[in-house]
Amino acid sequence: MEKRVTFKGIWLPILLVAPQVAVTGVFFFFPAGQAIWQSLFIPDPFGLSMQWVGLGNFEYLLGNSFYRASFLTTAIFSVSVTVVSMAIALYLAVLADRLIKGSGTYRTLLIWPYAVAPAVAGVLWLFMFNTRIGVVTWYLGQLGYDWNHVLNEAEAMGLVVLASSWGRISYNFLFFLAGLQAIPRSVIEAAAIDGARFWTRFRTIVWPLLSPVTFFLLVVNIVYAFFETFGVIHTITGGGPQQATTILVYKVYADGFVGQDLGSSAAQSVILLVVVGILTVIQFKYIERKVHY
Amino acid sequence: MATVTLTGIHKSYGKTEVIHGIDIDIADGELIVIVGPSGCGKSTLLRMVAGLETITSGDLLIDGARLNDAEPMDRNIAMVFQNYALYPHMSVADNMGYALKIARRPKGEIAERVQAAAKMLQLEPYLARKPRELSGGQRQRVAMGRAIVRDPAVFLFDEPLSNLDAKLRVQMRLEIKALQRKLGVTSLYVTHDQVEAMTLADRMIVMNAGVAEQIGTPLDVYERPATVFAAQFIGSPAMNVLPARAEGRVARLANGIGIETGTDASGDVLVGMRPEHMERDPDGPIALDIRMAEPLGANTLLHGSLAGIAQEIVVSLPGVHREDVMAGSARFRIAPEACHLFDAGTGRRL
Repeated sequence: MEKRVTFKGIWLPILLVAPQVAVTGVFFFFPAGQAIWQSLFIPDPFGLSMQWVGLGNFEYLLGNSFYRASFLTTAIFSVSVTVVSMAIALYLAVLADRLIKGSGTYRTLLIWPYAVAPAVAGVLWLFMFNTRIGVVTWYLGQLGYDWNHVLNEAEAMGLVVLASSWGRISYNFLFFLAGLQAIPRSVIEAAAIDGARFWTRFRTIVWPLLSPVTFFLLVVNIVYAFFETFGVIHTITGGGPQQATTILVYKVYADGFVGQDLGSSAAQSVILLVVVGILTVIQFKYIERKVHY
Repeated sequence: MATVTLTGIHKSYGKTEVIHGIDIDIADGELIVIVGPSGCGKSTLLRMVAGLETITSGDLLIDGARLNDAEPMDRNIAMVFQNYALYPHMSVADNMGYALKIARRPKGEIAERVQAAAKMLQLEPYLARKPRELSGGQRQRVAMGRAIVRDPAVFLFDEPLSNLDAKLRVQMRLEIKALQRKLGVTSLYVTHDQVEAMTLADRMIVMNAGVAEQIGTPLDVYERPATVFAAQFIGSPAMNVLPARAEGRVARLANGIGIETGTDASGDVLVGMRPEHMERDPDGPIALDIRMAEPLGANTLLHGSLAGIAQEIVVSLPGVHREDVMAGSARFRIAPEACHLFDAGTGRRL
């Protein structure tokens, strides 16, 4: 059956599409174009003149060891956030799926953190892990562990991963739970009769049937870790100590608005755009093949 | 190959009791059909045998061993589900071989047994396909194949044909029966379709509201229904049941008509008359005002009522009737031995 709507004239369809095109144009194509344009110049710190440098900004960046280190930091950070938030969410979803009594309360409580803004979440975790007054720091001190993420690079990374994953667990949990509940009960029962115990069932039936959800979350979480964790990093570590938590997005900000090197900052955002584009293509091309829809 | 014994099986959800004690001894190789309207507890009973529902009280014995608390996988059963419950991400061959793979049988043996089952079910060309690429009937066969490959002690069928169209259902019904005879595996089969029950069963359990109204062979249930419910549920169109007062061997209906019943009784009773046992007779006691006729070809159904009784009566006459009987009124008789008498209070056969 033909479900497509066909228009007689040309103006009505243009009018209907216009708002979306306008939004995309103003908020994506225009700034992206500006970034690409700016990445070819070095402006003076007062913004009064710009000097054409061609691909000079890119050349400088790729030869810069700090920038290359930021790539590695970003990789560690986004993989950790994705793995931690998805693994915990899946575990909780499997538990919630088995729950009969009180499942409503359990779910609601698990969804709450999603409503907390990243910057607020960052401050929340910062308080708990504050090197002087933090509760967790104090307990760790009782156990004989001297927590200091201001000085220790690994601890700083751990803390921003934890804070970024926390709100994300809720989001992933919702999708995993919906995915689990979409698997017909009788399929699980058939597997149980066929002799598969819980873990075997999970490995051979549930996990493959959940793979579309997992794949979707993988893409969404990596994009999240790349772009939307700015608030958490800004409030907790400000990219430090040294450059230990300066992910690419944070470096765009730090170099552009703190360092006032707008040309380099623009070049970085162009590189970031390309990297995320490539990542998404790879994910859809290679990982999606193993997904059973 | 196994016997199955249910003794006083009860099921409650909280304080609500849904199954009120079922007892049956199932012989080796017997096909038992559990039949009843939706919500009567027939699927629950089957799922208790499968181990998918806990048994509140009573005993389940398979081959003499009490298996109330055994996991489904430890009961040596195979189940065919209403929606087939095939593993959507596996090929037909993997679906059928899954249980053997879990049991870590050698690859060669798995392939051999899957091949044998596929041959029996004419599924060989489809072994590499995914369930979604198969038709309803083929999926049904795969579900059967998955059960056969395991060579279980007991087959459990949970309304396996209700998702198929009418023609395919008749065909698969025969196939299931032939297959069960050939394999000789003890089977429990749940359905709400009385024709399926009549054609498949060695014995059937007629269930209503968690109670086994009657357990017996199909013809037993048809010829000597133990309760009004069993009488009306088995047989199509359903038996006419009218309230009456019994005076010896005569039951007097509300409008004063007396019908010879062949059963000695007194007091308030219910008279059951199967539509196909009523015969045309110009001098018969039953005068029917015919409201509507349904010509089905092989027989003709007449719907009408008796003077002074609101309840509708159905008569089934063999063959085609084009003449007078299609409209107006006609008289009928019924042989005394074809009348069933039930106690008006308990609904039990007299």
